[in-house]
Amino acid sequence: MVTATAQPVERENYLNKHYGVGSWLLTTDHKRIALLYLASITFFFFIGGFFALLIRLELLTPAGDLVQADTYNKLFTMHGMVMVFFFLIPSIPAVLGNFLVPMMIGAKDLAFPRINLLSWYLYVIGGVMMLHCMLTGGVDTGWTFYAPFSTAYTNTKIVEAGLAIFVAGFSSILTGLNFVVTIHRMRAPGMTWSRLPLFIWAHYATSIIQILGTPVVAITIVLVAAERTLHLGIFDPKLGGDPLLFQHLFWFYSHPAVYIMILPSMGVVSEVIACFSRKRIFGYSFVALSSIAIAVFGFLVWAHHMFVAGISVYAALIFSLLSYSVAVPSAVKVFNWTATLYKGSIHYEAPMLYAFGFLGLFTIGGLTGLFLAALGINVHVTDTYFVVAHFHYIMVGGALMGYLGGMHFWWPKISGKLYPEGWARLAALIVFIGFNLTFFPQFILGYLGMPRRYYDYSHMPEFQVLNVLSTAGATILGVGYLLPMIYFLWSMRYGKPAPDNPWNAAGLEWQTASPPTTFNFEQEPVVTWEAYNYEEIDSVEKPEVHVVG
Amino acid sequence: MAGNVDALYIFLLIVTGLMTLLVFTAVIYFAARYRTQKGIRAEQIEGSTPLEITWSVIPFFVFMVIFLWGAVVYFRGRTPPRDSTEVYVVAKQWMWKLEHAEGQREINELHVPVGRDVKLIMTSQDVIHSFFVPAFRMKQDVVPGRYTMAWFRATKPGTYHLFCAEYCGTQHSGMIGSIVVMEPAQYEAWMSGGSTGPLSASGEKIFAELGCVTCHRSDTQGRGPNLQGIFGKPVLLEDGRTVTADENYVRESILDPGAKIVSGFKPVMPTFQGLVSEEQLNALVAYVKSLSKPGEAGPKTAAVPQTAPDANKAKGSQVE
Repeated sequence: MVTATAQPVERENYLNKHYGVGSWLLTTDHKRIALLYLASITFFFFIGGFFALLIRLELLTPAGDLVQADTYNKLFTMHGMVMVFFFLIPSIPAVLGNFLVPMMIGAKDLAFPRINLLSWYLYVIGGVMMLHCMLTGGVDTGWTFYAPFSTAYTNTKIVEAGLAIFVAGFSSILTGLNFVVTIHRMRAPGMTWSRLPLFIWAHYATSIIQILGTPVVAITIVLVAAERTLHLGIFDPKLGGDPLLFQHLFWFYSHPAVYIMILPSMGVVSEVIACFSRKRIFGYSFVALSSIAIAVFGFLVWAHHMFVAGISVYAALIFSLLSYSVAVPSAVKVFNWTATLYKGSIHYEAPMLYAFGFLGLFTIGGLTGLFLAALGINVHVTDTYFVVAHFHYIMVGGALMGYLGGMHFWWPKISGKLYPEGWARLAALIVFIGFNLTFFPQFILGYLGMPRRYYDYSHMPEFQVLNVLSTAGATILGVGYLLPMIYFLWSMRYGKPAPDNPWNAAGLEWQTASPPTTFNFEQEPVVTWEAYNYEEIDSVEKPEVHVVG
Repeated sequence: MAGNVDALYIFLLIVTGLMTLLVFTAVIYFAARYRTQKGIRAEQIEGSTPLEITWSVIPFFVFMVIFLWGAVVYFRGRTPPRDSTEVYVVAKQWMWKLEHAEGQREINELHVPVGRDVKLIMTSQDVIHSFFVPAFRMKQDVVPGRYTMAWFRATKPGTYHLFCAEYCGTQHSGMIGSIVVMEPAQYEAWMSGGSTGPLSASGEKIFAELGCVTCHRSDTQGRGPNLQGIFGKPVLLEDGRTVTADENYVRESILDPGAKIVSGFKPVMPTFQGLVSEEQLNALVAYVKSLSKPGEAGPKTAAVPQTAPDANKAKGSQVE
């Protein structure tokens, strides 16, 4: 994707130091690996998005008329698998985290640069396996792989898709491991835990989940493959297995996986809000610790996906109660971000617009989680469009808004170029409007009773109006996602060169060149200030923050 | 039931609506009020522990109210009243098979009288399905290899959607049907046609045919426990545990007899896994249950209404 177009007068940096395909494919530079990830996850994002578009088009009319039932089932399955495992989980950690974690703590690279490259290769191998699987027939179980459907009743490519996720999972584990070791061992002198940017705290919490959770889904996949190929009785009652065991194992990872997606996004939002309010984040330590709390409590709530699955009433009570325990640290974060704005000096650059968008969508997504955690209501709305809307508000509204906000915020650092600010603000607005139009009607659809994963609703024509609204929203949303890709690519060639610190932001990454040199810092920085020292930064007479574009 | 769920739903709409309003108003107000102005710098505020505690503790208590309310609604929805009418449900790709305790069979359609508690005893022949009636705010996964239960009481005559809510393969969205709620008189008329006799009677027949009766005698001399009056009662097991003889216990004892051995007996019973269909199992369960019903306690001697020749033609639907 990045071709490092030759620019003769440029300073030496990580992009122009070496040329050629080999210098990219064998790089151990965390920044180049971040860009490799950027190109690969963008590719998968548009594949997953294409599936989403077909799903929405099919649902435009009640009858199943665009594709066959089996095709539709494969579309939502592949949409989920691609988006979850090949886009959302790697998105912020593998791109922005990879790029920024070492720089933010004043390190030259991650602790294990070669393992970092290995992570990317594992991701690519997993991705190629997934592509091969899709091109040769695909899978139709839903991304949730529920047994015994997946182990005995479908003849699609379960084992191959499972292996693809299995391999990609190791990429995720290794990235998490790399971050944890790096954050523990590679901080610059003076960069104490209490001075870490909240982005780092969020990635630390995320890494814990990646390391502890991912092996469980890997084991689960192996068990599915074993039952499918060797007919060991694990999940299928006909063989003496227990189908609920599958759900416990699957959600033990897949619920915390939601926090793998949302926590890094929260980290981005903390950085962006601090910078564009010119303030230290209100309640720094509470925001930092709430990330850890979310990671820990996140492991204790998995069975709230199973309230109608046949678990005991008492288990359901406990898991409902624990689910509310995750809601508290999430609410604390929202309140602290809001309080940060108070008496700030607020700028409206595109990254901040995305952060506002995040606040809005995450608040709605989080509060509808309260509905789902309430047992009596869960029974009615689980497995309906209410759930679909809820998790898209969190995983797309929250995680993707954060990702885009972060991409805009750090793009000048990553590429050394400024993106066109006007277009970026427009795109932020389009995404926000398109997103709400797509998913808000689905809350209503869900409460009215429309089940998810239905390709044909011709017996319930009353659901059509809301589905049409949703499809209309999806097309707007699609435009909103295409725009940034176009102008980012455009800016790499035609954008104005970025200054080292275009936002006048705090954080060590902004003290490097734009784009940084291969080893980030000329000499190892020594940190003598707290995070978000905007007071000091703004008291030094400097030109006003650039209004870019 | 719908009323209870909706009341909580409305409460939640109000609470979350207020929370949303609070956050959005604050964000928009601050964003506009503290818009950057020349010469005015941001005021640095470190944070405030009392505020943090306030906005952790208040939401926590609000959440606890929601939790408790939700739990009460759920508990009620999960606990079938004692003397409900029973309907056995067998789900399969992609069809609902329903059998009333009185013997009527239906496909993808369930006729029930208004105002009566209906308990569903459900299992699946293949993958996981989910019995979902949005109008009743009721949903329960239907899992192969075990019974799951649900109940409802319809309050208004009419026809309501029945959906499968757990993805189950190609025709998942075609696995739909309806619940027909009728006035009691109408319902009685509907019930009077096309029955094959009560389900428990078919169960008794199967019980005899499979030879169960040779060991499970109605005296104390059998090699297996006497099944008179055991249903719903605690059973002492050989390993000292006590379990309640519910539908799942009876089911397990037929399919996996070695799993729970009743105290004082030997594990001599062979498994009937693969020898009885889900429908036959349901009949057997209904029969064992009938042995504990007052008035039916004594062993009935084959004086069962004989199966009519056109028995398989259930009213208003076809049986496969």
